[in-house]
Amino acid sequence: MNETQQTMSLNHLLKAQRGGRSRFEDLVVVPIFAVIVALILGALIMLATNVEPARIAQSYVALLEGSVGSLNAVSETLTAAAPLVLAGLGLALGFRAGLFNIGAEGQILMGGMAAVVVGFSFSSLSPMALLPLSLLAGALAGALYASIAGALRAATGAHEVITTIMLNLISYRLLDYMLRLPSVQKEGRADPISKSVPEAAELPRLLSAIDPNLRVHAGVFLVLLAVVVVYWILFRSKIGFEFRASGENAEAARFAGIRSGIVIVAAMATAGALAGLAGANQVLGVLGRATPGFSAGIGFDAIAVALLGRSHPVGVLLAGLLFGALEAGGRQMQVDAGVSIDLIGIIQALIIVFIAAPLLVRAIFPWGFRKTTGREG
Amino acid sequence: MSMTTEEPTSETAAPRIDTGRNRQARTNGVILLALAALAALVFAPDSSGIATFRLSRPTDAIPLSDLAVPAELSIQIAAALLAFLGVRQFLRGGARWTSVSLGLGLLIAVAAFLVWATAGKAFSLTGMLQATLVRAMPIALGGLAGVLCERVAVINIAIEGMLLAGAFTGALVGSLLGGIGGLAAAVGIGGLFGFILAALVVTYRMDQIIAGVVINLFVLGLTSYVSSQIFQEHRFLNNAPVFRAIKIPILGDIPVIGPVFFQQNIFVYGAIVMVVVATYYLFHTRMGLRARAVGEHPRAADTLGVNVYRTRYINVTLGGMVAGFGGAWFTLGSVGRFDEGMTGGRGFIGLAAMIFGRWHPVGAFCAALVFGFADSLQQKLALLGVPIPSEFLAMAPYVATIIVVAGLVGRARPPAADGKPYVKE
Repeated sequence: MNETQQTMSLNHLLKAQRGGRSRFEDLVVVPIFAVIVALILGALIMLATNVEPARIAQSYVALLEGSVGSLNAVSETLTAAAPLVLAGLGLALGFRAGLFNIGAEGQILMGGMAAVVVGFSFSSLSPMALLPLSLLAGALAGALYASIAGALRAATGAHEVITTIMLNLISYRLLDYMLRLPSVQKEGRADPISKSVPEAAELPRLLSAIDPNLRVHAGVFLVLLAVVVVYWILFRSKIGFEFRASGENAEAARFAGIRSGIVIVAAMATAGALAGLAGANQVLGVLGRATPGFSAGIGFDAIAVALLGRSHPVGVLLAGLLFGALEAGGRQMQVDAGVSIDLIGIIQALIIVFIAAPLLVRAIFPWGFRKTTGREG
Repeated sequence: MSMTTEEPTSETAAPRIDTGRNRQARTNGVILLALAALAALVFAPDSSGIATFRLSRPTDAIPLSDLAVPAELSIQIAAALLAFLGVRQFLRGGARWTSVSLGLGLLIAVAAFLVWATAGKAFSLTGMLQATLVRAMPIALGGLAGVLCERVAVINIAIEGMLLAGAFTGALVGSLLGGIGGLAAAVGIGGLFGFILAALVVTYRMDQIIAGVVINLFVLGLTSYVSSQIFQEHRFLNNAPVFRAIKIPILGDIPVIGPVFFQQNIFVYGAIVMVVVATYYLFHTRMGLRARAVGEHPRAADTLGVNVYRTRYINVTLGGMVAGFGGAWFTLGSVGRFDEGMTGGRGFIGLAAMIFGRWHPVGAFCAALVFGFADSLQQKLALLGVPIPSEFLAMAPYVATIIVVAGLVGRARPPAADGKPYVKE
């Protein structure tokens, strides 16, 4: 068994060098298999929890209808995908730099909070000024919050996985505290809820002319812009090269004169800015205010999106759309078939398992791939 | 940066450790001085009167009189001590005493804080210490699970998920079969996830961090799904008996120490036993020596005939079982009911405890006590009516974790092969 594994890994390495067919397998076949297997396992879990087969079929139909079945469904998918892609881009950039940032959740909260505060504090400004200002505030807050973990890593070597998780937990408490401040809390409310964002700071809805219930908003342009910018940073700029070099081989990068401390802080700050932007996108485009835990797990789903997208901006965009579709469809599934939306979380986790362990997919589906043990042509 | 050419296996070459250590000493010095300033300028002027700490309850066999301290004076003394420790970091470069100073400094700062909070009031010290031990248990067990895994060079980010799985299974099976059955099932499910983690990272060579994150996501999804799908309707499935505290005769009557150590439930005793057993296993048995060899230099261990893969499988599964036991604490050890995401990051704090405890079972346990203390402190302080928003008190364990990880990680050395997959040649 060990020998086959060794040959497999050798071939895997060789193929990674060669590209071509194996690249196609890695980028297309593995993700498709992953989604299918995850859906099948999801059905088995439903079966195990006493959901009868008819309802399972019904829930998957609802999943499809709720994600792409109508204009409203597509609008919901895009709305759900926008923050996932934004935060996912940030995380992907971090992964490329060798940083495993789990802190998007906290950065989203801080970014969203800053956007809300700026939004209602300067409500007299015109939309042309207020909206960019709010977005900028969100990005800045996210960047600053993420930089804490980056600076700690650079200065003391504290592992960013632990510090970012702690910063997440701290951010929940911080948000609860801020939402009860008299200057932030909505007038006449006892529960922690912020003042509403004025219309001038809202991301305008795109399709309200057709139907005012369509929630898709101008944030989607922000997302496309972010994809392009992150692509440019990663693959066309000097700092992006330094990110990637440090991520591939930190030691070699240091020998080449790349200052690892600056790279770490810059990568964390950029990732945080994108996550903060995702938070701002949520409060300015969807929620209109900040409430406790308004990030709703987007920061964690974004990790999955970044992994699924292979830390490539375009991949992240596609993965974000898939997860947005699962999210929107999952809500429909809960309504139509009465299956809890938490099932979507399981399916998402399974998808990543199979994406991140191609060897596992190959073990389950040997016929989907070229023989890995045989001689390659 | 001056770098000598070292063999590629030691990533942190010698010169870097030295500069890192000096920087570490300075960082710790700054932290200590900041604490001194806090004590002298914020706490001391604000406290007057006597702080009374109760040491025993009236029902105890041997009652002790209360401990009364003049508040302002003792805080000033604490500030002076902190300043001395901080300045010493800069003058002597800390050297071997860096982390000891920091630990001592934090202890003094906490004492000063407690005196400030209790000034003019009374506070049950024994009660808080008892709660400390109880609240430290999931962290200690998580940390111990981390030690077992990382000693064979598998980073276990999935401890959080394993705790959650243990908590869930404990509640579910405990409701059906009673406490012992629930506990056994929790241990079993922890072991299962340990085995899955081992399979993913050892056999399928998945990135260890990703594998851990995925298990966390999966367990969170699965337990939330089942609890909203099933527990909502069938409440009897989520109503497990709780293990009560067992008082050990004679020892339980010792003042202070008795209530803290010998009037606890099965989880506290179990954790102490496991720490002892794990220490013996890792450092005094042949199996343990092999396990550590696999963590330090798997190639060498392999050459000498140790089965690297099997050793990793066994230890990671054992780690998972320990985490599963710790997870049962959340349900069978406290409330008997499962809530979504109820572990609240304790698994990650456990990882921090493992680092703080320098990858040693006893160290991880002691570190967990520090976190347990922060945790129980924030609860008791809320009762004392301290003029600090409760949200900030609730942050205390997390901030403590960051300080510990940032202040100490430079000194601690993980197993050499930690996090690296091993491919047999």
